[in-house]
Amino acid sequence: MSAGEGPSRAEVCVVACAEAWRGDGELLASPIGTIPTIAVRLAAMTFEPDLLYTDGDAQLLGAPLPVGAPPDTPKLVEGWLPFGHFFPIAWSGKRHVMMGASQVDRFGNQNIACIGPWERPKAQLLGMRGAPGNTVNHPTSYWVPQHTTRVFVERVDCVSGVGYDRAAAAGPSATRFHEIRVVVTNLAVLDFQTPDHAMRLRSVHPDVTVNDVVAKTGFPLASPDDVPTTRAPTVEDLRLIRDVIDPQQLRDTEVPP
Amino acid sequence: MADKRMTEADVVAELSDGLTIGIGGWGSRRKPMSIVRAIVRSDLEDLTIVSYGGPDVGMLCASKQARKVVYGFVSLDSIALEPHFRAARQRGTIEAMEFDEGMLQWGLHAAAMRVSFLPCRAGLGSAVMEINPQLRTVTSPYDGEELVAMPALPLDVAIVHANRADARGNAQYLGPDWYYDNVFCMAAKKAFVSCERIVDTDDFRREGSEQTLKISRMYVDGVIEAPFGAHFTHCIPDYDRDEAFQREYAASAADDDAWAAFRSKYIDVSEEDYRRVAVGR
Repeated sequence: MSAGEGPSRAEVCVVACAEAWRGDGELLASPIGTIPTIAVRLAAMTFEPDLLYTDGDAQLLGAPLPVGAPPDTPKLVEGWLPFGHFFPIAWSGKRHVMMGASQVDRFGNQNIACIGPWERPKAQLLGMRGAPGNTVNHPTSYWVPQHTTRVFVERVDCVSGVGYDRAAAAGPSATRFHEIRVVVTNLAVLDFQTPDHAMRLRSVHPDVTVNDVVAKTGFPLASPDDVPTTRAPTVEDLRLIRDVIDPQQLRDTEVPP
Repeated sequence: MADKRMTEADVVAELSDGLTIGIGGWGSRRKPMSIVRAIVRSDLEDLTIVSYGGPDVGMLCASKQARKVVYGFVSLDSIALEPHFRAARQRGTIEAMEFDEGMLQWGLHAAAMRVSFLPCRAGLGSAVMEINPQLRTVTSPYDGEELVAMPALPLDVAIVHANRADARGNAQYLGPDWYYDNVFCMAAKKAFVSCERIVDTDDFRREGSEQTLKISRMYVDGVIEAPFGAHFTHCIPDYDRDEAFQREYAASAADDDAWAAFRSKYIDVSEEDYRRVAVGR
């Protein structure tokens, strides 16, 4: 693919995910998933040069590595992040994670634990992982590669990541460091910048209509009269994504062209 | 000077029904699989397993020896969902105690330090508070904040797998991460460390710096030399995960016959035969 071609949907998603970390400065950016991983590296190579990020394991990288690079690829290592150091960092707040979501609701409650009743689930998923701790300790965003009414539900089956309504109900210790920054999907960017922190349509990706997003969201979605279009990748963004960070086009496996 | 060398069978002989066993490693990474297989071969039952879960949890669910699993997740990493654990949860055949993964290590730290709880923010507002009705919050006497009182998770036994160990029980980790293996050992009444190779204490410094010596012998009761003892999970830098074998393992959750076939080929065999059949393919 040459840098001359227009951006694919996956590339728009990379830039939309990268934008989640804008303004974060010097903290640990933790991406879960391929497109968020490309996005952190893009953000670090363009507008957020001080972000910290790992190789997906215990090494902090001083310069971006292509995604999917073989383990013996030379890399610049600037630090060490074994799990024994990880929770103190997460709980100190110096982190912004972008997690996946099997379900997410109107106030940003996220479920990755199970579908159906927790006591005996219809489908056991990963489990809580770090979602409860992440959401009450530092900014959390979500990446949903397939925006559907199965994911965007009125009520999640199990609250792994804490949303705004649940945090408020749990009290000031839960809201003190709580922030769900954005939800990025293959169709749109959503946030919670409404008076009651209900989910809002922040931008739609090029060639997506507001109605497309509303139809694939299982709850009423706040949307301004004039919904902007998600920022298009710059020529430099496309060069970095295509030639430097993701030459194997792994992004297309998450959001097919 | 104590010589703590023993075999997997010796470890099993130290166990009994109903024990709480903590298992080191993380997901499908450096799990003490040769000891797990020895447990599966035994008639032990009614076990409580505390783990950053991977195929250790899956096998003990498949063998129906795990009555209860305490976890933050159970995953094979490259295969996101652990199929045997999934089946057990969906059939309702195990009791589950599920925490945020940070809470889990916090409970192990509490047990290691002999306090009944440690405070944390993690858990507040999430379903963790509802699915663990025994969980309580605590109000800070200093600033009035209400935090989760994560209860200690004391273990009867811990089993972990290291790269190297000496006969006295010092354990060396040469990979990028030792996870919480040291805390598992400290939280347990008895701890057993399997390793790729038992070395002379004098050889540790040739393998790596003193910073790679993560577990002290004062927390270790037995050392088992188990080459490929973590197979098919990874044991970096000695070997990577055996992804083809992991796929075969995952396929064994298809039905009872598939598990029985996997078990007779790879579990109900000696460790020598396992290395020949499973590792040397």
